[in-house]
Amino acid sequence: MNILVCIKRVPVTGGRIVLRDDEQAIETRHLGFAISPHEECGVEEAVRLVEQNGGESTVLTLGPPEAEEQIRDAMAVGINRGILLETSEEWDAQATAAAIVAAVEEERAAGTEYDLIFFGNESADTGNYQVGIRVAHALGRPCVTGLKKIELVGGRARCEQEIDDQRDVYDVALPAVVTVKEGLNLPRYPSVPGRLRAKKKPIDRKTPNPRPAALERVRLKLPPGEDKPTEILGHGPEAAPAVVELLRQIGVI
Amino acid sequence: MAVLALLEHDNGAIGDVATQVLSFGAAYAAAAGLPLHAVVIGPGGEAAAEPAGRFGVTTLHVAEHEGLVAYAPQAIARGVAELIGRLSPVAVIGAGSERGNEVFAHLGAITDLPFAANCIEAAPGEVAQVTRVRWGGSLLEEARVHGALKLLTLAPHSFEARPAAAAAQPAVERFTPVLSDVDLAVRVVERVQTQTGGGVSLASAKVVVSGGRGAGSAEGFAPIEELAGLLGGAVGCSRAVTIAGWRSHTDQVGQTGTKIAPEIYIACGISGATQHMAGCKGAKRILAVNTDPEVANTADFDYAVIGDLHQVLPAISAELRKAGLK
Ligand SMILES: Cc1cc2nc3c(=O)[nH]c(=O)nc-3n(C[C@H](O)[C@H](O)[C@H](O)COP(=O)(O)OP(=O)(O)OC[C@H]3O[C@@H](n4cnc5c(N)ncnc54)[C@H](O)[C@@H]3O)c2cc1C
Repeated sequence: MNILVCIKRVPVTGGRIVLRDDEQAIETRHLGFAISPHEECGVEEAVRLVEQNGGESTVLTLGPPEAEEQIRDAMAVGINRGILLETSEEWDAQATAAAIVAAVEEERAAGTEYDLIFFGNESADTGNYQVGIRVAHALGRPCVTGLKKIELVGGRARCEQEIDDQRDVYDVALPAVVTVKEGLNLPRYPSVPGRLRAKKKPIDRKTPNPRPAALERVRLKLPPGEDKPTEILGHGPEAAPAVVELLRQIGVI
Repeated sequence: MAVLALLEHDNGAIGDVATQVLSFGAAYAAAAGLPLHAVVIGPGGEAAAEPAGRFGVTTLHVAEHEGLVAYAPQAIARGVAELIGRLSPVAVIGAGSERGNEVFAHLGAITDLPFAANCIEAAPGEVAQVTRVRWGGSLLEEARVHGALKLLTLAPHSFEARPAAAAAQPAVERFTPVLSDVDLAVRVVERVQTQTGGGVSLASAKVVVSGGRGAGSAEGFAPIEELAGLLGGAVGCSRAVTIAGWRSHTDQVGQTGTKIAPEIYIACGISGATQHMAGCKGAKRILAVNTDPEVANTADFDYAVIGDLHQVLPAISAELRKAGLK
């Protein structure tokens, strides 16, 4: 079975987001980057499914050349191959989906047909909630979103989606597109040999065709902060009576 | 021409988020100088006419189809797309809920138009101007939406529901959309209960006591559980804890975990990363218990106790017991 996992490189922003002076992006000069958590679970699930069923897993990302780091991270936990669609700036969801569809069609022309394509339910940074669904439509495949569980039985996928305190079940035929959420599984840590093997795995670099943004970013801004000072209730165990007094004042005891 | 609001409903009963969508849609329609229509999909929809009228809806479109009893996102989008073809609205507005965003993504794919998810402001025009939420609410984006028809969802609880000055009596127009097997291939076939440990649900708890990396281990959660128990609250955690395997992801608060809205959130051994705080913006008050005095400089914490959670929490629990709590 062939599985494709589409991932996004996102900055690890810590306690405070700082914007670049041009307000077009987050200032990332002092930040690390990671695979966003939903997609990290997509990577783990793809590796497990290939371990169980045989086949090959490929990871794809559209992003800057440095996104090779996240492709290698995915390879370190067992993904076989990488595709990097290199861009210099953030693309809107339609342009991203079109580039992914073109890459999947090139793969098909070269003899690789994906039984399953994983996406994150929404990207951590832009939160557009749509790339996976757009790709599914363009490829004429069913799409199930927000998965917390997937089981493959006889050419079909039984998918569970969390809704309030319950789970909704979907049953779709493969090939399919699925979008997943953190909690689907507990991703493994890469091993040292895994990291070494990752360095030798193949990455296909391509330059996708840009198209003008139809959802056009003008500027980013921070939400109005309340900026009220933090009230220190005390230090150490001696603060306990002050905490209980607060709980009493707000009526929870 | 009109502005069309897609309403989520349960047998015609609409909730808070749908009334927010109606108010947002009414404001957009007024700015565009157009009437507000609404569409409901699935059984019992016509009962939404009365509440929709209170928000100024002039026509309620009711889509009925035997395939639309269980939730089927692509089929719902297909039905709305059919109505768009007849009505030529300038905008379709819906809820920025998981399901709302899913249906709008299908609409965007079917119409090949951009879709702006989780807007908090929108001004109509040939190019619409919107402000939308990024990073689970930690960042805002001002954007321009191109295309003849604007597809927008409203971030939940970001716009106040305001009934119109004079209630309208909407005309009800029923239709049966043409749906293919492909449209209906993805639909809910079963609903299963999840085994929540019988305790208080994180999403609806009045008090949440959470532990982060500072808890030190799975066993380190004992004082957190004790305090949550005394307060009748739920236990939460940060992502550092879930990836360490100390607690299950169902306890995780944050952008990629559960969103909570308690009266008080007690965050112990948690540094306050933006992605964690994205999950507790709805809390009325936040108290940090942390060894690092720097937490006082984290804007989101209202109160702080500086100290080791393994000493501070047992002292709070002891104090509560003295006050008669069990
Ligand atoms: C896209 C994305 C999505 C994410 N989603 C989430 C999410 O949903 N939820 C989430 O939580 N995180 C999320 N994260 C991770 C987040 O960025 C932080 O890494 C994480 O929240 C840190 O957890 P923490 O505060 O427990 O750990 P740390 O940041 O390591 O903080 C530990 C804190 O404990 C204090 N401490 C240590 N010992 C003690 C003690 N004995 N007593 C009291 N205090 C002590 C320290 O001073 C410190 O402040 C996400 C990250 C990304 C990139």
